[in-house]
Amino acid sequence: MKSFGSVQALRGADFVLAPGEVHALLGENGAGKSSLLHVAYGMFPSDQGEVRVDGARVLLHSPADARALHIGMVHQHFTSIAALTVAENIALSAGSHAARQGAFRRVSGGALAPKLRAEELSVALRQRLELLKALAIGPRILLLDEPSAALAPSEIEALLAEVKQFAREGGSVVLVTHKLSEVFAAADRVTVLRQGVTVLHGAAVSSQSAATLAGAMLGASGRGAAAPPRTRSTGGHEVARIDDIVIRSGELIGVAAVEGNGQREMLRGVVGVERPSHFNIRVAPGAIGFIPEDRTTEGLIPELSIIENLLLGRENDVLWSRGGRIDWAAAKRHAIRIIQEFEIQASGPDAPVRTLSGGNQQKLVLARALQARPSILVAENPTRGLDLRATAELHRRLQEAAARGVAVLLYSADLDEVIELGERVLVVYRGRVSEAPVRADRQIVGRLMLGLGT
Amino acid sequence: MTRRQLLPLLTGAGALAAGFALLALGLAFAGYDAPRALGALWRGAFGSWDAFLSATLVRAIPLISIGLGLAIAFRAGALNIGGEGQFLVAAIAATWVGLQVGGWPASLAVAAVLGAAMLAGALWIAFPVLLKLKFGVLEVISTLLLNFVAEALVSYAVTGPLQEARHIYPASDPIAASARIPVFGGTRLHWGIVLTLLIAALLWMGFTRTAWGFRLRAVGTGSRAAKISGRIPVQRVLGSALLWSGALAGLAGGLEVSGVTLNLYQNLSPGYGFTAIAVALLARLHPLGILATGAFFGALEAGAQGMQRDAGVPAVTVSVVEAIVIVIVLLVEARARFGWRLRTPAAEPVP
Amino acid sequence: MNGALLVTGFLAAAVRISTPLLLAATGELINERAGVINLGIEGGMLAGALAAAIAAVAGGPWLGVLAALLTGTLVAALFSLVAIGARANQIITGTAVTLGSVGLTGGIYRSAFGVSGPALSIPTFEAVRLPVLHAIPVIGSALFEQPALTYLGWLLIPLAGWFLFRSWWGLALRACGESPVAARASGVPVERVRILATLAGGALAGIAGATLVLAQVGTFAERMTAGRGFIAIAIVVLGRWRPLGVFLAALLFGAAGALQFALQAMGLAAPYQLFLALPYLVALLALAGATGKARAPAALGE
Repeated sequence: MKSFGSVQALRGADFVLAPGEVHALLGENGAGKSSLLHVAYGMFPSDQGEVRVDGARVLLHSPADARALHIGMVHQHFTSIAALTVAENIALSAGSHAARQGAFRRVSGGALAPKLRAEELSVALRQRLELLKALAIGPRILLLDEPSAALAPSEIEALLAEVKQFAREGGSVVLVTHKLSEVFAAADRVTVLRQGVTVLHGAAVSSQSAATLAGAMLGASGRGAAAPPRTRSTGGHEVARIDDIVIRSGELIGVAAVEGNGQREMLRGVVGVERPSHFNIRVAPGAIGFIPEDRTTEGLIPELSIIENLLLGRENDVLWSRGGRIDWAAAKRHAIRIIQEFEIQASGPDAPVRTLSGGNQQKLVLARALQARPSILVAENPTRGLDLRATAELHRRLQEAAARGVAVLLYSADLDEVIELGERVLVVYRGRVSEAPVRADRQIVGRLMLGLGT
Repeated sequence: MTRRQLLPLLTGAGALAAGFALLALGLAFAGYDAPRALGALWRGAFGSWDAFLSATLVRAIPLISIGLGLAIAFRAGALNIGGEGQFLVAAIAATWVGLQVGGWPASLAVAAVLGAAMLAGALWIAFPVLLKLKFGVLEVISTLLLNFVAEALVSYAVTGPLQEARHIYPASDPIAASARIPVFGGTRLHWGIVLTLLIAALLWMGFTRTAWGFRLRAVGTGSRAAKISGRIPVQRVLGSALLWSGALAGLAGGLEVSGVTLNLYQNLSPGYGFTAIAVALLARLHPLGILATGAFFGALEAGAQGMQRDAGVPAVTVSVVEAIVIVIVLLVEARARFGWRLRTPAAEPVP
Repeated sequence: MNGALLVTGFLAAAVRISTPLLLAATGELINERAGVINLGIEGGMLAGALAAAIAAVAGGPWLGVLAALLTGTLVAALFSLVAIGARANQIITGTAVTLGSVGLTGGIYRSAFGVSGPALSIPTFEAVRLPVLHAIPVIGSALFEQPALTYLGWLLIPLAGWFLFRSWWGLALRACGESPVAARASGVPVERVRILATLAGGALAGIAGATLVLAQVGTFAERMTAGRGFIAIAIVVLGRWRPLGVFLAALLFGAAGALQFALQAMGLAAPYQLFLALPYLVALLALAGATGKARAPAALGE
């Protein structure tokens, strides 16, 4: 049994785990769920409060301490090492070469050959490797941090079944998620965090409904500013063509795919930063805006200021450039305009971008993408890591852009987002793109994502 | 002056002070008369007008030129550690051209010599640039290795094709009179100093006011974002930055031959290529700052000769001061980014 | 000249010249596999060489080796403090360390022995004949009649291989070099491992310097390492970060160095500067050719 007290990044969050249960930790992005897990796994010291295991207080200085207490963790982002083999990754986690034998016996699964390098595995198998690594230390407590983020619907089911089995055999599981469906599918009890505080302590899942949980997650204000219902616009002129799929101006098109199936190459082929071998892409001349997946390494230069980041890609724009020289005063004026128009919270246009919150950084990326009046806007997982309010705002701006005639291609690993926003849905599977039937629901698109046909 | 501007200056001053303190300690520990040695150091650099102009500033010129080139490269994130080799190869080229242009009008001759020097410097770094862009070879290693090849080349030149007519010494004949850069009356200081001042001013404008300077900075601080969001041709930017860096290091070699030594011999450079790294870093890659740090390290080198003459301390020990300066600047920068903790936190916080 | 004698002489020279390179490269291999590129290895080698010279004069060659080992470790410790402890840029830190080492060794040597004093007479290592093996025709006396430090270098190769690929700590070390974040999540003390790996590399660099003085050249001169430390780094690349590859690459460079004597013996005249430059040129070409398929540790330099 394990409990945490209040923690620095969390303002009074506590959590109690009982043996043999699957306990969901629910909250929207930014609520503090991951932080709580990191404290439990020794990755973060807590300023106040404490961690207790079996009633005794413990001090965790590093993951090694947590592992010594038989606490295992499956991280949100893969922590297997690409160049090492499956066997080596498991052995590394287990702490010795011998222990991995036990791990293998536990989870059989022919697809995971020991000599394969982690980078050669598919996404689902790599996730499985993460689980094996955590199990390799023979844990009593398993911490899962949004494990389903990159999986297709049926793969998620398989994972949850695995998790329930672990609990049936006596282990305890903390399942961090922001998806209500997973809570109801797999958890025995649920704790809800909102903005760093526990608002619902370990209630039995059977006693809750989607409404009560959503209410707890979002607070009395109810659902955050929901995206307005999409208006189905009839698309305008053709702006791009991928294989035989036509993209028209003013359309908001969702792209669904399991990671690693080629959607990235396709989208970046449209933008022009990559030349994909699989797809036949033709794009009408005109500016193309891009919101890349990783905003801190691909979208922005954190050390540089807002002004400078806005200049990225457009340093020769007539607004502030004359024959190779930059008029910084004009650039600054432009930056101030953008900050106001997009409501970016920052201490000023000279502020280094790393001082901005994730949501504001993303707004900056969007603003820059739109400032060139592009005909196409490509967005890769634009709402990842953003809280509900920031997410809703981004959705609104994307829809506004579409209404103004920009063709928006939105890829998200969150299937619900794709289906809700996209007037059309494209599915990429193994380097081939196809269009989902009109009004296709989650199940249908999910099957297409796995190549199973409708 | 804002706090942001004050900090690098304080850092620099602190680094220098620490370097000297450690030098003094080391000297005392080794049994030298530390105050006498430091006094000799000072006199060698600033003791008289002649010392200042003919010793300090003369040595500052190549340091500034190479340092400016390094500023371009470092700004883009490319590490040219081959300044020494580029300097030497350029000196060879400068000497050869200088021996040919006897009948030319002076300004043309000098231009030819310096032009050849810059070209040679750029060519010498071109191979590492190719290796980097095509094969991903770390330019640090390739430029470093070529330093040694350049030394061998100089040795070959002065004992072979370029050796003086009498074949006694391993040195070349003096270059033609028309190829020599005029000096300021009565001193050894030549007009090269004006050239470096001009280049520093130009570079400063370039860094802060042009799209080129912006692109350099973008590549140097976030090359991936520069490539993907900035649509900047990162490879091309890196390559050209390195080539310019080589050209400026080459210019230093040309200036040295045409303005100071007037011929070629072995050990032409007392490590200018490496000292220039300290020059550039200490000035935080600011072209005008490099004028100051270049002058300072020129003073150090000049003083070191004096220290060796008057106090018997080997001149080479100033390399230690340079190394300490580099390390302290690095430490301060690292601290600014990561804080003082010697051990990193257990994990990077997930955003 | 007798063909067999020529081959034997060439081989012997190649092995002798390769030994300091092999030792330094093996050390660098260890720390690069942990993710640390240490350009200070040149400085460590030079400092080790001086320490070996001074200590050997005082108390015999083995004392020289010990002094070199300690000195090399000390230099690496300074590097670690700045580049790993304070997380400063590894490349510039390494360059500064080498710069400082050149200055310090030059200063110490000159003040101790004068600017152009007579070459020190330093007790050196005798060749050790391995029983039976040295009698093999042609290659026997070349390969198996070498100073003890050469055999040490050879022994380290299978040891390094076993350590890196068969032991758990070697696995942990490699994990640090591929992904320190992932390694940390698995409980590996990344900074500690990296520092220890760098110290080990420094110790070997020091011994390499000792080998240069005590088993090859026989004396000390300023800047005598002449870039061997950097060549060691090229050897690691050429050897694709594997022990066996490093061994073969070091031999290749030994051969390049020995070429000078072989060609002279065969009566070929060429300016000696060509041979001076040859190892560096070979290193450059090797770097170009090698990085085609070589996989550097993913987190090298971070």
